[in-house]
This record gives sequence, structure tokens and C-alpha cells, in this order.
Amino acid sequence: MKRRWGQWEPIESLAESVRSKRISATSLIERSLKEIKTYQEYNAVILTLENRALAHAKQIDKFVNEGKNPGKLAGVPFIAKDNFLLTDSETTAASNILKGFIAPYQATAISRLEAEGAICVAKANLDAFAHGASTENSDFFVTKNPYDKTRVPGGSSGGSAAAVALGMVPFALGTDTGGSIRQPAAFCAAFGLKPTYGLVSRNGVVAMGSSLDCIGPITTSAKDAAVVLDVISGQDTLDSTTVKSDPKGYSDISALNLGGVKIGLVKEYLNQGVNNEITVALNSTVEHIRSRGAEMKEISLPSIDLALACYYIICPAEVSSNLSRYDGVRYGYFNADVKDLDSGYIRSRGIGFGKEAKRRIMIGTFVLSSGYYDAYYKKAMTVRTKLIEEFKAAFEQVDYLIGPVTPSLPFKIGEKSANPLDMYLADVMTVGANLVGIPAVSIPIAFSKDNLPIGLQVMARQRDDRNLLALSMAIEELINERD
Amino acid sequence: MAKLSKEEVLKLAYLARLDLTEFEVEEFRTELSNILTYVEQLKNVDTDQLSPTNQVTGLTNVMRDDKLIDYGYQPKKLLENVPFVKDEQIKVKRMVG
Repeated sequence: MKRRWGQWEPIESLAESVRSKRISATSLIERSLKEIKTYQEYNAVILTLENRALAHAKQIDKFVNEGKNPGKLAGVPFIAKDNFLLTDSETTAASNILKGFIAPYQATAISRLEAEGAICVAKANLDAFAHGASTENSDFFVTKNPYDKTRVPGGSSGGSAAAVALGMVPFALGTDTGGSIRQPAAFCAAFGLKPTYGLVSRNGVVAMGSSLDCIGPITTSAKDAAVVLDVISGQDTLDSTTVKSDPKGYSDISALNLGGVKIGLVKEYLNQGVNNEITVALNSTVEHIRSRGAEMKEISLPSIDLALACYYIICPAEVSSNLSRYDGVRYGYFNADVKDLDSGYIRSRGIGFGKEAKRRIMIGTFVLSSGYYDAYYKKAMTVRTKLIEEFKAAFEQVDYLIGPVTPSLPFKIGEKSANPLDMYLADVMTVGANLVGIPAVSIPIAFSKDNLPIGLQVMARQRDDRNLLALSMAIEELINERD
Repeated sequence: MAKLSKEEVLKLAYLARLDLTEFEVEEFRTELSNILTYVEQLKNVDTDQLSPTNQVTGLTNVMRDDKLIDYGYQPKKLLENVPFVKDEQIKVKRMVG
């Protein structure tokens, strides 16, 4: 895959160069800060942490000079989506209601990265509270697609994906509740990993849909994603839904031998009015994988067409619950020009939340309200069980499932923003993995004739992230050989 | 789903403590009705033999030692984000009108 912008060396080599004094952490951070400035017009970044990052780099360089171990990711710059709390820094989730909020503590994922010497250089733009598929719902500004400034970078982790595509950093952190890592990765020709639910602690990340939210890296390769996952994964006493990471770790993976690997093509995904160029790219990649000895066969997930409807009940229900904490009393915006506390909540939330947050809170409140709970929310939770069973049955026949990430190429800014349901349909192929809790990746496989990125989605069994990344490496190798 | 009435939208908005403009109320009447109509396709799915999924990890009764862990949270710092503070306490508007 030919990428347009200057790329970084693999993360492990960057860190090794810092540890062996071939390059200083300070110079890596300076390079990253320079790239961020150069591509400012794309609006990928909300906040640059110049002083904090340079101070951190200086400390790493000092460690190296003193012969101490600065960590596995020594000096490697990264960008975090602005829904990750970072101590003493403004964290807004791209929302007006959190504008000015200074995080008093930070996300476990950030702390684990910093403990290994990685350095956060900036916070990336997103759809406010991660509600969206384009970053157009950011309360601040829209991020532009690096491959076509008139198009969206995807979302909600659009800033993170654009930043990686533009070569600002070797990796960025995103969150994926219904496709928010994979879809922007596909739109920006980056690699995106949504790990198994619970593999990465959600502590210190602004909550959206708690039973769906996953944290993962956006990188330029599967190997780099594995290196990052190795550091951020694993149990955390501050998130009781976390699971143990793979005892073998993730960072030492190599490309999977494709001989005899059983891969299922999700039949239903191919019937969903997928853009022709995406279908062509997908088919050619599938043939390529088959030619290396993999057993490819069509697999049916009979209820997968219901996944989006299921998601747009469960997700807003959880959103309405999670966003109820924004009352403007302990933090966030409060409008004091009211007679009592209740009017204060109403006024502050009315002003502080953007349109999409309000829309989701309203839907969530509806499906959870008495009289509708059983027909909507409980029904969706039960359909979720059906989906889990169908994926389980599919994984008895094959080890991986493959399909498109998105039905369309990156769309124009403004194209879908007038019709919320249209925007929701952008998630149609990604929400399944969130509802079922399985890991899924987006691998860049081609460009359209207009030079727009196309991604390939691969899903695996719960907690099979390691093999999924190894398979991704093998697919990347095929793509690189082809080009 | 028939189109939501203005009263239904206003009732939801109050339950969610959201101030909506007249314009937003009208917009939401249409948009929410469209979205709810879309998700109603689940109604025809046979789920009689299935129970609802609350979580996907399979973890149950996650315990930890009943020990105080110091995460370094500082009250002073936490109070810095509070919009209205008086004598190191959070000040709110009166509760009863």
C-alpha cells in the first residue's frame, strides 16, 4: 500500500533507536510536533501537548544517559483521542459541555503507555462523545480526510486515523463502540484494531456504551498494533470488566502461514449494496489469500442484518445512562441563570450537549422508559443473544470472518449529516463485532480509482486477538507483494 | 412507529433533563420516529427461546481485596473542575422552588 505521507519506522525500531542512543526521544517528539503543525489544516488535532511531551522526552533521554531502562516504547510519540483522560490536561470528548475540563487523573491505557516510555503529543478530534461516523458531530470542527479534503475521515476516531495517515505519529489511540476505530482506519488507509471486549481497560475513558466500548490502536501496520496492544491490554482493578491478556503477549507475532487457515466470507455483507470498487478490491484480496492455501468459504450470519437495529437501541440506551452524569454540578458546563437545581440541569444540558448527543439521549430515554422497555431494550438484548449464537456457530466452521468495513468509500463532508439514519447506516458492517464482543481489524487493501482508501475487515473469536493480528500481518504481506 | 407527538417529545426531554428549542422538538418528532421505525424491525424476530445478553465477557462476581488503594486523587484538584465552590464544598442551586 503506497501511502502519501512520510511514515515512521516500526514502533519497536523507534524505541530501540532511543534506547541505544542512535536517536533521542526529544528529536522524535520534535519531529512529531513539526508534522502536527505542518498538517494543521486537516483539523485532526484538538490540543497539542508540546511542553508536557518535551518534558517527558527529556526525562526519557536522561534515563537513557543514566543507563536506566526507559521502556518498551521509549520516546515513541502518540496521539490520544480526546475522550481519554490525561492528567492535568484538558479533556473535552470534543463536546462543549466538557470544554475546560482538566482531568484530575488519567486513563489506564495512557498510564500503561507512559510507563513504557511512550509520549502523548496531542489529543485528537472526534465526534462529540464518540457519537458519529464522520467527526462532523464534533462540537468544535470537522476533520478532513487526508486523501481528499472535501471528504470525511470517518469517525468517531477520525482525528486519530487522520493523524496516523498524515504521519504525525506512529500510532494513535481510538475507541470503538460500533466501528469507531475500524471505519476511520478504512477511510484513512490506516490499520485499526478493535480488541476483544474487556481486553483493554476502559478506566479514564469517557463512557459511551459501556457494554460495547473498546479501546484500541490505529497504526500503519498490524505489527505496530500488536506492540501497542501488548502494553495496554490486561486486567485492571479500576475496570472490573477487564479480562486477562494472552499469556503469550502480542508483540512477538509473525505473519500467519495461510496454508489450511479457514476463513469465512460473510455472505450477508456482500448483499448490502456495497460500493463496486470495494467489492472488487475485496474479491481480489480474497482470491489472493486463497491462492496461498487458505480455505475460503461463504458463511451465513442469518440475523446480521438486524445488528444495526439492535445496536441503535442498546447503544443509545447506554448513552442516555452514561451521559446522565453530566449535570454541571461536579464538573462541566453549568448555567447558573436559573431559579433552582432542576432547571439548572435542564438548561445546562440543553446548551452543553450537541445535536447528536441529544438525539441519542432521547432515543435511549425512549427505549428505556416504562411501557417501551420490553418492546425495545429487552428485545434488542435478546436479539444480541441470537447474534452471539450465530457468530459462535460460524466460528465452529471457520477461524476468521472476512468482509468489507464499510458499504461506501469515504463520503463528502455534509453528505450524510442532514439525515441521521443515513449516518447510522455507515456502521452497518462494524456493529456486529461490538455486540458480540469479538476482536476485529480494518486492514488497508487498496485505493479506488479516485485514490480513496479501501479497507478489509477481519473478525476472530473472542480473545483470539493474537492470531487475528498474525493473520493481518500475512494479509499485509500479500498486499505489499502485489504492490 | 407513528410520528411522535409534541407532548411525547417534551415528556422524553424532561425525563432526560434536556432543554429543547421549538425547532429541535419538531426535528426530533420526525427524526426519532424514523429511527424508531427502523429499529422496530426487531419486533418480528423470534426470540422466545433466548434470554437477554447483559454483558459479553462471561465474567461473574469480580472481587478484589477489601483494601484501601491510594490512587493519588487529590480533593483540591477534583474541586478545581467544580463550577461553584464555597468553603471547599460544592455549591448548588436550591432544590425546592
